[in-house]
Amino acid sequence: MHQPTTDARPSIYYTYEVFKPWLAANHPQQDRKKVVIVGSGPAGMVTALELARHGVPSVVLSAELQFSQGSRAICFTRRSMEILQQVGVADRMTEGGLPWRFGNSFYRGQRVFRMEAPHDADDRFFPIINVQQQFMEEYLHDACKANPLIDFRWGNKVNAVDQKDGYAVLEVDTPEGTYPLESDWVVAADGGRSGIRTAMNLQMEGASYEGFFVIADIKIDLPLPTERLAYFDPEWNPGNTILMHREPHGIWRVDYQLPEGETPEEALKPESLKARIDAQLAMIGHAGAQWEMDWSSVYSARTLTLPDFVHGSVIFTGDAAHLLPIFGVRGANTAFQDAQSLAWHLAFVVKGLASQKLLTNHSTERVGAAREIITEAGKSTRFMTPPSKGFRLLRDAVLSLSLTQAFVRPLYHWRTSRPHEYSQSVLNSLGDDNSLFKAGPAHGAPPQNVRLGANDFLLDHLGGGFDLLYFTDAAALPDPLQKEIATARAKGMPLNVIAVGAAQPVLGADHTLADADGHLRQRYGVPANGGAYLLRPDQHICARWLTLDATRLQAAFATALPQ
Amino acid sequence: MTTPTLSPSLSIGGLETVYDALATAIDQAGPDKAQLFLVKLALLNANALADENSVLEQITAALQDL
Repeated sequence: MHQPTTDARPSIYYTYEVFKPWLAANHPQQDRKKVVIVGSGPAGMVTALELARHGVPSVVLSAELQFSQGSRAICFTRRSMEILQQVGVADRMTEGGLPWRFGNSFYRGQRVFRMEAPHDADDRFFPIINVQQQFMEEYLHDACKANPLIDFRWGNKVNAVDQKDGYAVLEVDTPEGTYPLESDWVVAADGGRSGIRTAMNLQMEGASYEGFFVIADIKIDLPLPTERLAYFDPEWNPGNTILMHREPHGIWRVDYQLPEGETPEEALKPESLKARIDAQLAMIGHAGAQWEMDWSSVYSARTLTLPDFVHGSVIFTGDAAHLLPIFGVRGANTAFQDAQSLAWHLAFVVKGLASQKLLTNHSTERVGAAREIITEAGKSTRFMTPPSKGFRLLRDAVLSLSLTQAFVRPLYHWRTSRPHEYSQSVLNSLGDDNSLFKAGPAHGAPPQNVRLGANDFLLDHLGGGFDLLYFTDAAALPDPLQKEIATARAKGMPLNVIAVGAAQPVLGADHTLADADGHLRQRYGVPANGGAYLLRPDQHICARWLTLDATRLQAAFATALPQ
Repeated sequence: MTTPTLSPSLSIGGLETVYDALATAIDQAGPDKAQLFLVKLALLNANALADENSVLEQITAALQDL
């Protein structure tokens, strides 16, 4: 019998609601489900919301009765906000969040590097916004609750997954005992310590680093802007690194590396936390400042991924599929991209619009993304927590040189999470004009947002299916294109057609963007009428043409949905 | 034994000057900081050389016959 705690978690700034467990006895006999999602973190809930958007119902199982403990993920990238906009929670994130774009690195009291993340006038969202994870989970959960296609079950812990021929049977434990749950597909979004991954004995590839970091959230009033602060090799913690971030509600995140040989248990003792946080505050000129501890934890950096995310009826996503170091805000931000990708690929397979080749593509694309992140984050991690004497010497040499030599300073910049470009995806059209474009997002790239007017951006109009942007100032789409679009829709393909460049509504388009100043055409590198972009349901580009014709549109549809 | 091609190479006199200056600087850095000093110097040299392949060749050459 699974008995999750009914005591609300402690927090200075967040009031936890303890939800009622879902009990099988209170519900009628259940049929086999299409999709069961194990885990209700960022990956699980975004998968459920995106599946629902594509018309696919799901069951979400959460072992706990409340949102996760502590602030955990606090920095969300622009692409994450674009994805959260698609599932309807970006406004709430923006309301309570602290946006920022500057990072500072300090060594021996001197600011040796300042990172300035670009912020284009065409972007709706800031490069990064800080929101504590509990709030983000609450917003996603509210959206799930409001969606009739999502069956959210608190207090339901998965004990076992038994793979059958073409489906799986889960043993789900609840406060009244276990019940069996059959599903065609199981999404393992059960986090970094995935019980399903362990039970299936799946090995991850990559490296683990030895250095431990303490994460501590403290309530304190510091007169500092919302910028990332990184302190290298300070006197109070020689050789190690300290990071600080402002969070909403008067909370500051302080991360610091442990001296070699110290255990996490020693580091989390209240007297140890107090001495070190006081020392850090003294170093930045706030000796004796009053503060209160909210939450603390310990982590170590790992760069590991499953080499394949799809195993029979079970699909791994988010931290269950890979473990990434936090340098560069890569946990939840990668999970959102995983979930957005998984949901549309899986939905189209469930609806019979494509074969399982589409899921193979999902795995290939997202494993590729994880490996790219591992390569990039590995560099940052080797700088932040040098894994050997040689790496430490080089890092220390760079710190020392950085006081006077500008050429080493960019090494302080750990690359921030960014969307992976699926340049080699098999869904990219072969016969289009991709290579002839001189501007605009290329094959596999995420879309470039474009400001259309006051509080009106291109991405506000995209999503929920494929999007065809057709650039024209004519009164109607050409007949052959309209016929091809109708044929695709008749087969069930969700397709939204947006005409760009006409002052009046264009016949055959669902929506028309005037683009009176030609700015959207310019950013997308479309020089003349008749150009077009085809965007997948995750908004990544899969085809673009300088002059679109029906034959090539049909070919692009066929490539994007392999049978 | 392979020798990285450095062009133009130092004159004997120039090499002798570097020899003495480097030895003196290592002593000045002291045993605790000699390694750090040498790595800093290597990075400065690498940047002045502005060619990572030449640096990689030199690393290989320096690793020989230790």
